[in-house]
Amino acid sequence: MASAYWQLLKAQLRSQTEYRASFALDLLFNGLITAIDVVALLVLFRVNPGLGGFTLAEALLIAGLAGLAFALADLAVGNVERMPTYIRTGLFDTVLLRPLGALPQLVVGDLALRRVGRVIQGSAVLAIALRLVDIEWTPARVALLVIAPIAGAVIFGSIFVIGATLTFWLVEAGEVASAFTYGGQLFTSYPTTVFAGWFRGVFGYALGLGFVAYLPALALLGRADPLGLPAWLRWSSPLVAVAWALGARYVWRAGVRHYGSTGS
Amino acid sequence: MLAAFFALARAGFRRHSTYRQATAAAAFTNTVFGFLKCYLLLAVLGAATTVGGYSADQLATFVWVGQGLLGVVLLWGWNELAQRVRSGDVTADLLRPVGPLWAFLAGDLGRAGHAAVTRLVVPLAVGATFFDLYAPEQLATYLLATISTVLAVVVSFATRYLVNLTAFWLLDIRGVTTAWTIAGNVLTGLTVPIPFFPGWAQALLWATPFPSMFQAPLDILVERGHAAPLLAGQAAWVVVLLVACHLVERRAVRRLVVQGG
Repeated sequence: MASAYWQLLKAQLRSQTEYRASFALDLLFNGLITAIDVVALLVLFRVNPGLGGFTLAEALLIAGLAGLAFALADLAVGNVERMPTYIRTGLFDTVLLRPLGALPQLVVGDLALRRVGRVIQGSAVLAIALRLVDIEWTPARVALLVIAPIAGAVIFGSIFVIGATLTFWLVEAGEVASAFTYGGQLFTSYPTTVFAGWFRGVFGYALGLGFVAYLPALALLGRADPLGLPAWLRWSSPLVAVAWALGARYVWRAGVRHYGSTGS
Repeated sequence: MLAAFFALARAGFRRHSTYRQATAAAAFTNTVFGFLKCYLLLAVLGAATTVGGYSADQLATFVWVGQGLLGVVLLWGWNELAQRVRSGDVTADLLRPVGPLWAFLAGDLGRAGHAAVTRLVVPLAVGATFFDLYAPEQLATYLLATISTVLAVVVSFATRYLVNLTAFWLLDIRGVTTAWTIAGNVLTGLTVPIPFFPGWAQALLWATPFPSMFQAPLDILVERGHAAPLLAGQAAWVVVLLVACHLVERRAVRRLVVQGG
């Protein structure tokens, strides 16, 4: 069973690296796309060096954690965005007929290796930020540094899956998911203090996006939350990730059960 | 000829009015990003009264109208011509009495008209509900901003058309499209308003057609600086780019080999 997935994955990797120059360009462009976000952050901090009550180095730490988390999720399950195509063309029927899990097949069978470029870029930003900020390293903080991007990736990955599942009901409305995937990426790349009102409540706490990068970064820096959240919450990203993953599993199963094929 | 142009534009409008779910979804996403960008730029303003020449209400208007405008000028994702080149369908376009450049331009203006009454209205209404927006002081500004938006659509169309024309040589234009998407994001003023950049970068950006697609109509609407030079710049880019489209298309068509059958 596992070897079947491995074969699928290997076939994908071989086919995508077949044209070396084209692949290298794709990798470069994918890195560049996320580099734009860093340029934007630098420009905004040039205009206002204390944006949201944080220094540029601290903001880079948040952006690095968020960028790496998003890039990992995008690499692993970002291709479920192609779900509407699968449904419209009836290709999803083929997926369901095979004796393998539907979601793992989509994940493995469509993995876009070029997105490794974004992972490299996100890691680079995080590495630069870690050199610039002062962190009193403790074993707990080292563990958090490793766990936070993974927890964040699980949160983003769950949002990707739930967004793709929506297209079981609304085939044309796939773009709604972008508001929470790419919108979530923008939200998490900046200190949560930048946003305000009910909107901050919904994105930061109800959707838990404040737990992707902002709160872990506060824990790494040893800063209290200026918005007054209890200190232990800064360490609770994994719990939020588990909640998201369970939610995504439930919604995905409901979606697959609802799926009635395009017929013909 | 003119009658055909208008008929094609009407067809473009009608064609896009059939994608109701997709239009609603796009307007929803643009609106969510409106909140994100508006809060972000207002935080950049912070306690100051102006930043980059914008007051708080001008900044909010820049964001919210911009979120609607990006669907109207269509900064991303148009590869219809490239697909027709790949499939060979473009031969049918070349046989028609209205050349492909003008036919696609007419269709795109119709599409933009549809976006103006759907995708522009939604973020604008939501933005006006939750934020203080800037109302232009001069009545003429509304007219100038409308003209500027039409010019922006044509500039955007012409650059998209040039990108698509590369399909005659490359067949697969994915790399070019990605590069263009990056440019469309950061060079047009969409990610960050151009006045936020350092002076040298601003000068460099205004020497490209990108600000004419997005920054120019928004600056005219919020009355930041004079409208005349912005409109003149846009008009100049319209002429230059359409001539470029025409010339490149003429060369491209000579290369076209259609596999018969």
